[in-house]
Amino acid sequence: MRSLDRKMLRDLWHLRTQVLAIVVVMSCGVATFVMSNSILESLERIRAWYYREYAFADVFVTLKRAPDALASRIGEISGVSKVDTRVLTVVRLEIPTMTEPATGQLISLPSRGESGLNRVFLRAGRLPEPGADSEVAVSEAFATAHRLQLGGSLEAIINGHRQALLVVGIALSPEYIYEIPVGGLLPDNRTFGVLWMDRQTLAAAMDMTGAFNNVTIKLTGPRDEASVIRDLDELTAQYGGLGAYGRADQQSHKFIQNELNELRNMSVVAPTIFLCVAAFLLNLVLSRLISTQREQIAALKAFGYENHEIAWHYLKMALAAAVLGSLAGTVLGVYLGRGMTQMYTKFFHFPRFEFELPLRVVVIGWLISSLFAALAVWTSVRRAMLLPPAEAMRPEPPASFRKTWLESIGVVLTRSSATKMILRQISRTPRRAILSTLGISLAVAILILGSFMQDAVDYLFDAMFRLSQRYDVNVALVEATSADAVHELQQVPGVLACEGYRAVAARIRFAHHHRLVPVQGYVSQLDLLKLIDRQRRTVDVPASGLMISAELAKILGARLGDELTVEVLEGKRPTKRIRLTSTIDDFAGTTAYLQQQELCDLLDEGLSISGAFIAIDPGAESEVYGRLKEMPGVAKVVISRSTRDSFRRTVAETIRRMRLINLIFSCVISIGVVYSTARISLAERSRDLATMRVLGFTRHEVAWMLFAELGLLTLAAIPIGSAIGYGLAWTMIKAADPELFRLPLVVEFDTYLFAAGVVLMATFFACALLRHHIDRLNLVEVLKSRE
Amino acid sequence: MSHDRPSSIDSPFASHGQELVFRARGITKIYHMGEVDVHALRGIDLDLFAHEFVVLLGPSGSGKSTLLNILGGLDVPTAGEVLYLDHNLTAAGEKSLTQFRRDHVGFIFQFYNLIPSLTARENVALVTEISPNPMPPDEALGLVGLTERMDHFPAQLSGGEQQRVAIARAVAKQPDVLLCDEPTGALDVITGITVLEAIQRINRQLGTMTAVITHNATIANMADRIISLRDGNIVDIRRNATKLAPHELQW
Repeated sequence: MRSLDRKMLRDLWHLRTQVLAIVVVMSCGVATFVMSNSILESLERIRAWYYREYAFADVFVTLKRAPDALASRIGEISGVSKVDTRVLTVVRLEIPTMTEPATGQLISLPSRGESGLNRVFLRAGRLPEPGADSEVAVSEAFATAHRLQLGGSLEAIINGHRQALLVVGIALSPEYIYEIPVGGLLPDNRTFGVLWMDRQTLAAAMDMTGAFNNVTIKLTGPRDEASVIRDLDELTAQYGGLGAYGRADQQSHKFIQNELNELRNMSVVAPTIFLCVAAFLLNLVLSRLISTQREQIAALKAFGYENHEIAWHYLKMALAAAVLGSLAGTVLGVYLGRGMTQMYTKFFHFPRFEFELPLRVVVIGWLISSLFAALAVWTSVRRAMLLPPAEAMRPEPPASFRKTWLESIGVVLTRSSATKMILRQISRTPRRAILSTLGISLAVAILILGSFMQDAVDYLFDAMFRLSQRYDVNVALVEATSADAVHELQQVPGVLACEGYRAVAARIRFAHHHRLVPVQGYVSQLDLLKLIDRQRRTVDVPASGLMISAELAKILGARLGDELTVEVLEGKRPTKRIRLTSTIDDFAGTTAYLQQQELCDLLDEGLSISGAFIAIDPGAESEVYGRLKEMPGVAKVVISRSTRDSFRRTVAETIRRMRLINLIFSCVISIGVVYSTARISLAERSRDLATMRVLGFTRHEVAWMLFAELGLLTLAAIPIGSAIGYGLAWTMIKAADPELFRLPLVVEFDTYLFAAGVVLMATFFACALLRHHIDRLNLVEVLKSRE
Repeated sequence: MSHDRPSSIDSPFASHGQELVFRARGITKIYHMGEVDVHALRGIDLDLFAHEFVVLLGPSGSGKSTLLNILGGLDVPTAGEVLYLDHNLTAAGEKSLTQFRRDHVGFIFQFYNLIPSLTARENVALVTEISPNPMPPDEALGLVGLTERMDHFPAQLSGGEQQRVAIARAVAKQPDVLLCDEPTGALDVITGITVLEAIQRINRQLGTMTAVITHNATIANMADRIISLRDGNIVDIRRNATKLAPHELQW
């Protein structure tokens, strides 16, 4: 080994605690980079494979009922390469182990082994045999949630008839990677599952023999989507087509895409924060090292070492830190990535999804961290390189101090010399003071970023489950019926209150824009459901005219007073222009609202309901569920409590975990920054401080000199970090697809307090570490040495 | 002793007939220190010859370090010309000055400038690794009598020992010139003498042209020639007829 390299290793060892701080911060940066990019790549790759191998369709449409003959006409649409027709239905499921009803999405399988689209991946067992009435394959998530095994049984109410089902297969489908019911947000694998049945059997049960109610299409090319959708809508209109849509609007796909976008956002933001902080620390330590070694540099140059050899020597130190950080970061990234992957498998169901570490990601991560390290030290290294040797022989001139600008304009801050020293020290190295403050404020920001999700979700939770959904059960009926049905439900013992509503699917058009949305018909002043906006205000359905989600108005480009075209996709499929009289700034999805009567008028039917909100006496839940299960007219029962519980289980758990990780990251950053800044300050001023000790200042007073400076920087960092944290939270919110979620940007005061508290604790901890060095200041040695 | 043109090459004390190593003409050096200009050298002429032992004498601020740095290629004059053999050091760029130092010059500093993180042997190796014709580090340390303490770090060595390591480091490359800036400045008398003995031995055994800066006039008695500086001018060049051994010096 060359002597210069030996010097490098020993210098690094000598600075080990500071190098450790840098390496740890850097490893967090590389870890978040490796983790998010690996998962991103793994997810994208497995999704692409799954879509390709299991023929995920490009265009989807559900209709009321169409004869099989229509399929070949659809196949003739230009741009269509493959057509698959199916029979779908949503059924109520009864599971022996569960008192409350569950909902199943029944999907027909091609009978004669045709290779259809959206093929099923079999995890276990086999697919239902043609003609075997009772056989089903069950989605894996649902089977797992209910411990259903091959040979297990359950009951479904198909078209009003109770039918016993036998589980012969456990399966997965690219259509349900994210397995939620239509219009859902979060998966609840207990109350919703997908079941596959033989086409003939299902068609017979549904009176659909020789017909279908769902079409999926493979396009010849992606550019054909818009025209195919147009032609398809035209063709299916008379068969009750509910409007065709492409992959971008396919529910499962949309959620995965949203997750990928958020992950992509994180893969940039988090590593950037860490690497910037690491770069700052590296800059701090190396510029200090170079300035203390100016005489060594001079000697090396005097002996004929070339400038670039000196530069490379110091650059290598920075790169060594980057390599160590990258190594540790890769290991940590794999660990965190495994955890994240585990979490994802709860939400996303792939035939296989394992954490993979693409070599490319590792290489890029290492290159980026090395680049940050090199840039961080470049100015210092350049200074070392250009240092004229003759000048370097002379000791560095004493640092020039001046009165702070406050003092110079006559503000007398203090009479204490010690306090003046603190203020002048900060003002003499403003760049470092600013960077240190920024570094600490990033720690504050990360904490806010980690905690604000909790605030936002708490806020959402409160709005959704306390303010908005006051009902216990939301019942959807198989078909719309007279509003009198409400009385029937009200008669059920245990039902405290019942309010009906009418809902239809419609396409809303304005100018060139259109969207498929549910139209909800409510009476004014419902007791069991309040519409709540993002400010948690109650919003009423206007007395006349249409109210739509503010996001939908934005998408359509519509303003209050504009006339929107509402094409109902059910029943007689009326089309009417309705004035937009109100918007609601709601949390999720896109919905339209009308007065129930106005909707029924539009549908040309008497006051009718398609569903009802029910409040139940807490003591009578199981009886009510039992009765609801018995009612053939009930298609679907959504229990508010289950939704709430599953929300808590999934989202809250995820957020808690993220928050903990952010807490650790933030502590790493704040301790790293405070400790490194303090070490440098101490090193630079050990002579001053020792002199003060010689003059009779106590250890405590001398320590205070240093801690006061750090305290000031930390205090300055808290408001700045709060602002940065708020900004980062904003980017997180913006990264989510606004058509899916519109989380409110809520940061509670407690969150700021928490962030400030953690960072102050970290500062305190760093000071405690440092106290030890101050107490060991060797008075005689420090005064004797030339530095 | 007074001379009208003390820095003239025609000085009767110049060593005629020997190989000329350095030839400096009209060297001026002005430093800009903040808002003031410091005239460190004010037009110096000087010749130095092979194998000789020269002492540069003068109070602090007289310009001796500046002169030594310019001769060693660490610094360039503001005006004037310096030739090393047939190389023009004043016209040379940074790169060729580095090459010049690497191939020909050994430096010894007042504060040793050892690398604290390297042992004595490693400090010497640091230089031998980049020299075209070095002696083994162990041999160089042997020359200064430090064979026993080769694996000690600078912090484990006394001041004199550290300076001897610095000498070993300077001579290990077998330089053509050895330039020493106050080599005994930070040392006590007895240690200073051992260090000077080491330098003198190098000069004698290897024939290395040696220039030593000091403000201690006693040391001048071991030189072939004594050059005195004051306020950036050479005020006197004197040939020393009776060279003393270091241990005979009294201060």
